[in-house]
Amino acid sequence: MKARVFVTLKPSVFDPQGHTIAEALHSLGYGAVGDVRQGKYFELDLDVGSAAEAERLAAEVADRVLSNPVIESFRVELAVPPGGAS
Amino acid sequence: MTFAVVVFPGSNCDHDAEYAIQHVLGHTARFVWHKETSLADADVVVLPGGFSHGDYLRTGAIARFSPIMADVRRFAESGGPVLGICNGFQVLLECGLLPGAMLRNRDLLFHCEMVHLRVERVDTPFTRAASVGQVLRVPVAHGEGNYYAPPEVIDELEADGRVVFRYVDASGAVTGEANPNGSINGIAGITNVARNVVGLMPHPERACQEVVGSADGRVIFESVVGSLAERGAVHAGSR
Repeated sequence: MKARVFVTLKPSVFDPQGHTIAEALHSLGYGAVGDVRQGKYFELDLDVGSAAEAERLAAEVADRVLSNPVIESFRVELAVPPGGAS
Repeated sequence: MTFAVVVFPGSNCDHDAEYAIQHVLGHTARFVWHKETSLADADVVVLPGGFSHGDYLRTGAIARFSPIMADVRRFAESGGPVLGICNGFQVLLECGLLPGAMLRNRDLLFHCEMVHLRVERVDTPFTRAASVGQVLRVPVAHGEGNYYAPPEVIDELEADGRVVFRYVDASGAVTGEANPNGSINGIAGITNVARNVVGLMPHPERACQEVVGSADGRVIFESVVGSLAERGAVHAGSR
């Protein structure tokens, strides 16, 4: 089973990379693009028996390793393959 | 006196620290590979600068889980002096021995330059031989030294006198221009509640002899030597 983990800086934390990207987009004329926030994306291949277990495990590693709770938050999505569980 | 210099894959200031300790100060520096589990007879622990584990994921994020870190934590919690320099500071933040986190420098540039640091506190083992307000000229070399902590943590650090170093100009004033990375309040180094763990982004170990441009960093190492000698805490058999 695969899980996707999205790690982003908390809204209260300034994102120098996102800010620089937004400035570049504005200078290219993309005035409709407001703020940009850059984050990280992980795909985890999990050897577990159930979706619940996959979600629990992905959240645990996201909390413990993949994100730094001082500055970042995370979101987990399960990728269910077509036709059911793998 | 024996300093343990912890070596992670990607550490690259470990030899600078060893040189300062052994060849400038005349004490013993022992490299401790990150896979070891004991600091043995170390009197002081140095987490050196560099790019541990390639800075993958986040700076210091992987090094934090190295086997040796359990003993570093034990050493710190028993009051032993621990100095984290640059990447070593980032490791201390990631493992929670110091509060806060590092963001990318505000201008996204890697800053490799001499800076001025103002000593704010002399109640740590690494600053006791300095004086409050003393300005040290030392280099920085980092891309992620933009210190961040939530406002309540910054307030606590300031109120409790745990900001040890700030970026200043040559006259000792905190200014935006003197701050190489955008750190809140110009914070360059902090300490823990017990004052025995100090982390800083600049490199005092690279400024211990005039021939390299400054000897101002020596006071950091001389401080801890004096601190331990006074406490009589040096392990028997080490000089």
